[in-house]
Amino acid sequence: MMAPARLLDDGEIRRAVTRIAHEILERNKGADGLALVGIAARGDDLARRLASEITRIEGAKVPVGVLDITFYRDDIGMRAEAPEVHETRIGFDITGKTVVLVDDVLFTGRTIRAAMDALVDFGRPTSVALAVLVDRGHRELPIRADFVGKNVPTRKDESVRVALQEVDGEDAVYMDDRTG
Amino acid sequence: MNKHLLSINDVSAEDVVRVLDTAESFREVGTRVIKKVPALRGRTVVNLFYENSTRTRISFELAAKRLSADVINFSTSGSSVSKGESLKDTALTLQAMGADAIVIRHSSSGSPYTLTKWVKGSVLNAGDGTHEHPTQALLDLYTIREKLGRFEGLRAAIVGDVLHSRVARSLSFGLLKMGAEVTLVGPPTLIPPDASAWGVQVSYDIDGVLPKLDVCYMLRVQRERQRQQYFPSVREYSRLFGLTRDRVAMLPEGCLIMHPGPMNRGVEIDSDVADLPQAVIEEQVTNGIAVRMSLLYLMLGGAVTEEVSERD
Amino acid sequence: MTEHTLFRGARVVDPASGRDGTIDVLIEGGTVAAVGGGTERRGATVLDCRGLVLAPGLVDLHAHLRQPGREDKETVETGSRAAAVGGYTAVAAMANTDPVADNAAVIEEVRSLAARAGLCDVFPVGAITKGLGGEEMAEVGEMAQAGVRVFSDDGRCIPSARVLRNALRYARAFDVVIAEHCEDASLSEGAQMHEGLHSSTLGLAGAPAEAEEVAVFRDLALARLTGGRLHLCHLSAAGSVELVRLAKASGLRVTAEVTPHHLAFSDEDLVTYDTNFKVNPPLRTVEDRDALRAAVADGTIDAIATDHAPHAVEEKEAEFDQSPPGTIGLETALAAVLTNLVEPGLISLSRTIEAMSATPATILGAAEHGGPIEPGRPANLVAFDPAADWLVQAPFASRSRNSAFLGKRLRGKVIHTMYRGQLVVADGKAQR
Repeated sequence: MMAPARLLDDGEIRRAVTRIAHEILERNKGADGLALVGIAARGDDLARRLASEITRIEGAKVPVGVLDITFYRDDIGMRAEAPEVHETRIGFDITGKTVVLVDDVLFTGRTIRAAMDALVDFGRPTSVALAVLVDRGHRELPIRADFVGKNVPTRKDESVRVALQEVDGEDAVYMDDRTG
Repeated sequence: MNKHLLSINDVSAEDVVRVLDTAESFREVGTRVIKKVPALRGRTVVNLFYENSTRTRISFELAAKRLSADVINFSTSGSSVSKGESLKDTALTLQAMGADAIVIRHSSSGSPYTLTKWVKGSVLNAGDGTHEHPTQALLDLYTIREKLGRFEGLRAAIVGDVLHSRVARSLSFGLLKMGAEVTLVGPPTLIPPDASAWGVQVSYDIDGVLPKLDVCYMLRVQRERQRQQYFPSVREYSRLFGLTRDRVAMLPEGCLIMHPGPMNRGVEIDSDVADLPQAVIEEQVTNGIAVRMSLLYLMLGGAVTEEVSERD
Repeated sequence: MTEHTLFRGARVVDPASGRDGTIDVLIEGGTVAAVGGGTERRGATVLDCRGLVLAPGLVDLHAHLRQPGREDKETVETGSRAAAVGGYTAVAAMANTDPVADNAAVIEEVRSLAARAGLCDVFPVGAITKGLGGEEMAEVGEMAQAGVRVFSDDGRCIPSARVLRNALRYARAFDVVIAEHCEDASLSEGAQMHEGLHSSTLGLAGAPAEAEEVAVFRDLALARLTGGRLHLCHLSAAGSVELVRLAKASGLRVTAEVTPHHLAFSDEDLVTYDTNFKVNPPLRTVEDRDALRAAVADGTIDAIATDHAPHAVEEKEAEFDQSPPGTIGLETALAAVLTNLVEPGLISLSRTIEAMSATPATILGAAEHGGPIEPGRPANLVAFDPAADWLVQAPFASRSRNSAFLGKRLRGKVIHTMYRGQLVVADGKAQR
């Protein structure tokens, strides 16, 4: 088994987050009406980092929520066991907000489809955008990210793994070769 | 999770925690603008109720609907025999309709076991005779964990007609499984023979038990038990075993008062006791929906298995 | 020309003659022609019985053949065939038919049905009370004169001590046996199983062992009072065994039986609510079961009887509390005893045949059954393979399939059953 290749290190992740924060503010023309919703797990940690970057740049507080999309998955009943459920906590009304969904890796797009379905059960945002740390391609649905930390060309059988300080004890993005 | 939920013993301690944790997520779903998730879209849940129990049926119905499952209610009072169609034929009919889960309430102990012989889907016991009522036990465990934060070392008393109570059986086994201590309290005629072999304590003296409790769980006592000579009179029963205002004063601070409903106010529990803040009887009902959603999700959210466990 | 059949090379186990050894047995027509010497006959059908046990045909003191009245469950013919397949050549048919066998007419009907079937001897049991009502004595004398040797209200215990006392007294005139189903109905009301830990856990109403013991005690006292011949049906509790042991020690003329299912199973087997384990008296604890086994071994219990109780599939598929009690047993009895008592070394083969053939034949007054296997005796025989391992599964020769042994592996299989010189079962297959 080959050692996993590191695609991003901690400095690159930090700079990517900062850049995305700037891009979000630029697109939204400031922090007004902005809300971040991270997809559990790791998307929520990235959303909190983006929020604190935005606060640092703009001096404004942006509400952050965490969304678990398990109940909206399209593969329920196809796996042996019901998928494990994580916490959902959106402590603010998303109606009228510009919501940026935040996830670590964008791959087939199915998670984002589920997240958009879940989100509308909480209210009616003015608009929904998508920010991801890594876009590795291979979309199976007509979905694209508005803000991307890094585009990484991959084979479909490879796996991209994001490690974050908050849960994994380090900041890094790895590519594991499953066929290795 | 086991395919069927026939007894609380079908659920391991680890799975109890999983059910309660998942129920936590469904409690959150209940706070959303739209309280419905598509998790069980396309699945069919049948409520097969041979006993009138509007409360339990509605709780299951709402749980299934909030998971986007299709729900069919099949209610009939009395036994299948008196109705003319056998349990087997009803089961085969429901099977032919493509039921993914059958929630059964029946006056005969063991009927859910019998049902599993003929249906491919999951069977959930919503109360069978004087045997078990596992979903009630799980929602009670949820309520206890929510209020007290733990099970290990908790001291619970289950008071009343334990002999005929399916709630008492499931809750006793559930609490014991989770590391709590259980004392069954009631007149000796209403304590099941050899119950101490379950690992519970048995007491005939409620006043000796109350001062040590974290949970005081009162059971419904039916008046017909007097006619069957389990106790001489309802008046004597409530004087000896009813939870009165005076007895509540003997409970430690923070002890929960629980009851599975429907209550006989003035028999096993005084009317004003049921309305005290430490009585969490309404919370039990609310939590019932989330716990049943959790069970349906965990049992039906996996792949469909096709085997029928015909035993002969 | 008379037909000859030679059982060659079998181990003959025949407690009535005390014989136990490898001896050839020649049958001529309907009787035993030779045992040991002089068994060679030209043209005889030779049955190679090496490895088999040859014994007097089994005798069942307690079967429900359901005819007349419930021919959907069993008929005298299908019950006789089940008996033959199980190695029985004589069966006592219980009286709780519809109409009840409480008069000579029904007795005659059952007899003629049995004769027409011609697969084994059927001894109709007469009811003690009219319509099994427990109140008015049936015409015991008339039935006794018609040849009935055993009377029973089985399925019900005679509730009144006075009625039972009179029956035991009255029966003395004819030297017939009063066979009691011992159950104090007020202690077993609504019971679905044995009362104990398992009934508590399963939430099923239970009958304590004392429901039987109270009745056994009363019945023994009345047998003492009257000097009547009392037989206790299907004992299930260790306490009952103890009472019988004491009564016998004091010289009381009492006999007792136990069923193969009470020797094989316990209340633990009900944990899946399998209605085939719902029987009356109920399966009791492992300790009770072990006491019953020991009582067969030491002779406190005289006989093993099947309590063969066929029920319709739809009845047994109903909810547990609505399903009727009973298991079929004729086709599995011998194997169940071999598996659960002989195999573990609790009893010998000779004791097995004594408890399943010789003793019940004596109680039943079935003089042509139960051995000894001697020249001139009627050829009612069974040959079985004590080592054959088989899986109990439907279909059965019985019209019903409510067997507590369904799906179980048993050791010991009946190979040939000879009834009055005819091989009604050959190579394990019913011939008619």
